[in-house]
Amino acid sequence: MNGAGNPRPESGLELYAWIFMRVSGVVLLVMVLLHLAIMHLINNVEVISYHFVVVRYATPFWRTYDLVMLWLAMIHGLNGLRVVIDDYVISRGWRVTALGVVFISGVIFLALGSLVILTFHPVPGT
Amino acid sequence: MNSPASIHDKHPARRGRGRLRRVNVGLAEYARYRGRAGQWAWILHRLTGLGVLLFVYLHIIDTSLIGWGPHAYNEAMALYRMTGFRIGEIILVGAVLYHALNGMRIIVMDFWPRTTVIQKQLLYGVWISFVVLYVPTIYFMVHWMVTGKP
Repeated sequence: MNGAGNPRPESGLELYAWIFMRVSGVVLLVMVLLHLAIMHLINNVEVISYHFVVVRYATPFWRTYDLVMLWLAMIHGLNGLRVVIDDYVISRGWRVTALGVVFISGVIFLALGSLVILTFHPVPGT
Repeated sequence: MNSPASIHDKHPARRGRGRLRRVNVGLAEYARYRGRAGQWAWILHRLTGLGVLLFVYLHIIDTSLIGWGPHAYNEAMALYRMTGFRIGEIILVGAVLYHALNGMRIIVMDFWPRTTVIQKQLLYGVWISFVVLYVPTIYFMVHWMVTGKP
């Protein structure tokens, strides 16, 4: 035991998931830490408002950035949760139920998040 | 990595998902002291990962309020400005930072297995970079919280 990640799976979907976690992890490190620096240090919840989002989302750059980050973070997080559930939920019925809840909620929240980023249109006069 | 990542890899009854009847090894078994510092790094990695995912769900909800116009979104931001949420915000940033740095350690050990011989140093590296980055971060976030300015 050295606290490292799960052993590399032999082949198939599990191998792709294993690789995805590592590749998306590196991308997310850069994207999320930059996001945190901009939204929590340079700016802050003190100054973040509707108007702030209007200005930020006026050009496609931050929308694209946020959309990529949303998808990578959600798939990375949901797959991590799947691994944790596989490890700890022993009864087959509960495991299938939990994985189902994770999958369905993941689809709903990814759809909601994407919809918000892609369709946001400022209220006139703001 | 040849070493098992979680205890059930060693537990014969838990091998071969679905084929063998799983045996409930109990929470005490999971919490058992097994692998020195690496074990704690691994537990913290899971806990911070789960916590951050939970916040991503919440964050999707709060951001979706921009679709309902300025009033709804600004109300949500006012909620986030409350002290309890500000402390949560600082903890959230710490959780992301730890998860990111420890994740890099995992990647290094997975792709360059020879680094296992310096696993202790890698772990120190994670904690040293964590402290170096997190302490000033806490300072700036508390400064925002107290003065309302950067």
